[in-house]
Amino acid sequence: MTTDFRSNVAQALKQDAVQTHFRTVVDRLRAHRQAALAGDAAFEQLRNRCAAIRADAIRRLPQLLEQFESKAQRNGIQVHWAETTLQANRIVLDIMQRHRATFLVKGKSMVSEEMGVNAFLQSHGIDCLETDLGEFIVQLAGEKPAHIIVPAIHKNRREIAHLMHGHFSELPYSEDIETLAQSARHFMRDKFHAASVGLTGVNFMVAETGTLCLVENEGNGRMCSTVPPVHIAVTGIEKVIARLDDLPPLLNLLTRSATGQPITAYVNMINSPRRPDDKDGPDEVHLILLDNGRSRIAGDPELLKTLHCIRCGACINHCPVYRQIGGHAYGTVIPGPIGAILEPQKQGLDAATGELPQASTLCGACAEVCPVRIPIPAIINRLRWESVRKNQQSQNSRPVVPGAGSRRRPLEAAIWKIWAWCCSHPGIYNRLTKLATRLRNRLPAGMGAWTVARKAPKPARSTLHESLRTMDIDHE
Amino acid sequence: MNNRVVSEKPQAVYFYGTCLVDLFYPQAGISAIELLRREGVSVIYPQSQTCCGQPAWNSGYRDEALAVARAQLALFPRPIPVIIPSASCAGMMKVHYPALFRGQSDEATALNVAGRVYELTAFLVDVLDMRLTDLGDPVSVVVHTSCSARRELGVGDKLHTLLRQLRNVEILEPENSAECCGFGGTFAIKQPEISAAMTREKAATVRATGAQRLVSQDCGCLMNIGGAMEKQNQAMPGQHIAELLWERTKK
Repeated sequence: MTTDFRSNVAQALKQDAVQTHFRTVVDRLRAHRQAALAGDAAFEQLRNRCAAIRADAIRRLPQLLEQFESKAQRNGIQVHWAETTLQANRIVLDIMQRHRATFLVKGKSMVSEEMGVNAFLQSHGIDCLETDLGEFIVQLAGEKPAHIIVPAIHKNRREIAHLMHGHFSELPYSEDIETLAQSARHFMRDKFHAASVGLTGVNFMVAETGTLCLVENEGNGRMCSTVPPVHIAVTGIEKVIARLDDLPPLLNLLTRSATGQPITAYVNMINSPRRPDDKDGPDEVHLILLDNGRSRIAGDPELLKTLHCIRCGACINHCPVYRQIGGHAYGTVIPGPIGAILEPQKQGLDAATGELPQASTLCGACAEVCPVRIPIPAIINRLRWESVRKNQQSQNSRPVVPGAGSRRRPLEAAIWKIWAWCCSHPGIYNRLTKLATRLRNRLPAGMGAWTVARKAPKPARSTLHESLRTMDIDHE
Repeated sequence: MNNRVVSEKPQAVYFYGTCLVDLFYPQAGISAIELLRREGVSVIYPQSQTCCGQPAWNSGYRDEALAVARAQLALFPRPIPVIIPSASCAGMMKVHYPALFRGQSDEATALNVAGRVYELTAFLVDVLDMRLTDLGDPVSVVVHTSCSARRELGVGDKLHTLLRQLRNVEILEPENSAECCGFGGTFAIKQPEISAAMTREKAATVRATGAQRLVSQDCGCLMNIGGAMEKQNQAMPGQHIAELLWERTKK
C-alpha cells in the first residue's frame, strides 16, 4: 500500500470488480441500519442522549480517566499509560517478555492497528494471531483492514476460499461460509489454549466502576480475554464514559448503527482478573491507555468532537467517497469520513493523510447518520482552513493541528485572492461575466479536471444581471 | 434548522440569484422572480450581488470568503426575506455565515441576514403556500434533490410538494436518490477521479429512470450531472425547478 492518496484512488478506481463489490456491501450495511431504526420514534432522542454522554465524557476527560484508573486498579487491573504507539508497543512487549510468551492471540482492535503491534512484536520474535474472522482473513492475505467493523469487506467469498485453502492445504476447497468459518474456528481453538497472552480492544471504559466493556459477535474476544493467563486490553483514552448507566444507550446505538443488530452476540464486561471463586479468567489483566495525539485534540473546543466517536462505522458505510474507493485507498488505520478528520489531526496536515480532508463533497451523509452527532463536515471545513492558513510562526504557541499551513500553495492562494477581489468589486465581476457571455462560443472545450467526465458548461447569452436590467423590477 | 417561517406573506423580498445562475442559468433566476411576482410579492434584485463566498469557504480560504461574503451583506438592508434559488448558496448564507462572521465586527448583520434567508422552494411552499395549475403537456421528470436541500437545510421535500401539483408531470426518482452527485464544488477539481466516478454513477441512475428531463433545486448538480450525460452523448435536458414551474404554469 502506498501512502499517496491520489495514486491510491487511481488504483482503486481501476478495479471495477472491487468497486462493484464495495458498492454492494455498503448498500447492504446501509439497509441493515435502516431496518434496525425503522419505526423507532425515540431514535433521535437516543442520539441526543448519547451525544450528550460522549460530550460530557470528553469535556471531563482527565478527571474521568483518573477516576477510572483508581477504580480499575482497586479491582486489580494494571493500568499503563502510553503517550505514543511506540511506548504502547513496548509495554506489550515487556509484559510478553516477563511471561516468556512467544505467541499472542488477538481480538479485533483498531487501536492495536494504530500501534502496529503485530509488526512490532514480530520484529521481536513474537507471533500474533488475529482471531476475529475478518481480521484473520486480512492477516492471511497480508493486508490491512479495509473497514473498522468489517475488516475483510473488500474480499468476496471466492477470494476468502482461495486464501483459506492456500494456508490450510489439508482442508478441502470450499466456498461455503459455514465450512470456512468452522475451519478457522477449529484452527483457532488450540491456539487459544496454547497462548499465554491474549490482547483485545475496548469499546468503553466505565469510570465509576473501572469496568472495560467489549462487544463482539464471534466469541473470540471472550476467548482472548478469559482463556490465556494474561489479558492485555489496549484502547485510546477517549473511550471513557462516566457511568454504568451510560452504557446501555451507547451499546444500543452502537450496534444498530454499525451492523443493524439490536445487540451483539457477546457483551463482555471485564472488571478484574480471575477472583478466587471465578470459574475462568486471566490471572492478570493489563490495560494500556494510548494517547497518541488525543489529549491535544481534546484541547480544541471544536476538534474535540472528533473524540466523541464510538467507532460504529455508519459514516463510512454512508460515505459516497468510501463507496467508490474503498478503505485501503485512504492509507490510514481508520478510513472514511471519521478517518479523514481523525488521522490528519493525529499525523499532521503535512503528512500524506493531510490530503484526506479534501476527500469529501461535504454532502453531509456522515453527519446525518452519526449516532453521536459529530459535525464531520464542519470539522473537514476547519481542517481545510488549517491546511492552508497563513503560517502562525510569529506566535510562540504551537499550532493546534500539526502541519497547519503546510498545504498553502502560492499559486492557489493567489488565485483565491484574485477571485475574492473580483467578487467583492461588482463592477469588475460584471465586466468579467459579461465577457464570458460574449465569448461563450469561443471558450475552450477542455477545462482541465472538470471536462474529464463532463462537457464544459456554456455561459448564457446574457447574464441574469443584464437580463433583469430590462425587466421591471427594483434593483436597489 | 431554524427556518424561521414568516407568518404573513411579505410584500417584498430580495432575490439573490447566485453566480452560477447569473452566468449559466439566468432563465432559472428569471423564472423564480416571475413566480414570486405572480404571488403578489415584489422583488428587489440588488445589482451589486456577486457570489456568496462558498467556494473559498469550502476550500479553507476563510479571509477570501469573508471579503466576498461581506460585500453581499450590505445588499440586504431592509428587514425582508432573501430568496435564493439554490439550497447550496442558501445554506452558505443561512448555516455558514454565522460561523464565518463569528467574532467579526459585522457578526450581528450576518446573523440578521442569515435569519432572513430562504431557499426558493421552501419559501414558495412554507411561506407563500403556492398553488399551481399545470398547463403543460405530459412529461416525465427525474428529480435530483441536492445534498444541501436534503441534509443541510432539510427542505428536500419542497420540490416534490410543488411538482405533485402538476397533474401532467410524472415524477421519477433515481435509484440511490439520497447519494451525492459528486460535484462538491472545488472537490470536482481537487479530486477529479472520485468526483468522476460518483458523477458517472449518478448519471447512470438518472438515465435509467427513462425520464425526459432532469430537475433539481440546485444548478451545481444540474451542471454536473447534465455535463456528464452530455459527455457520454446521452444528454437529458436539465432544468431548475423554477424554470419548469414557470414554463408549465404561465398563462
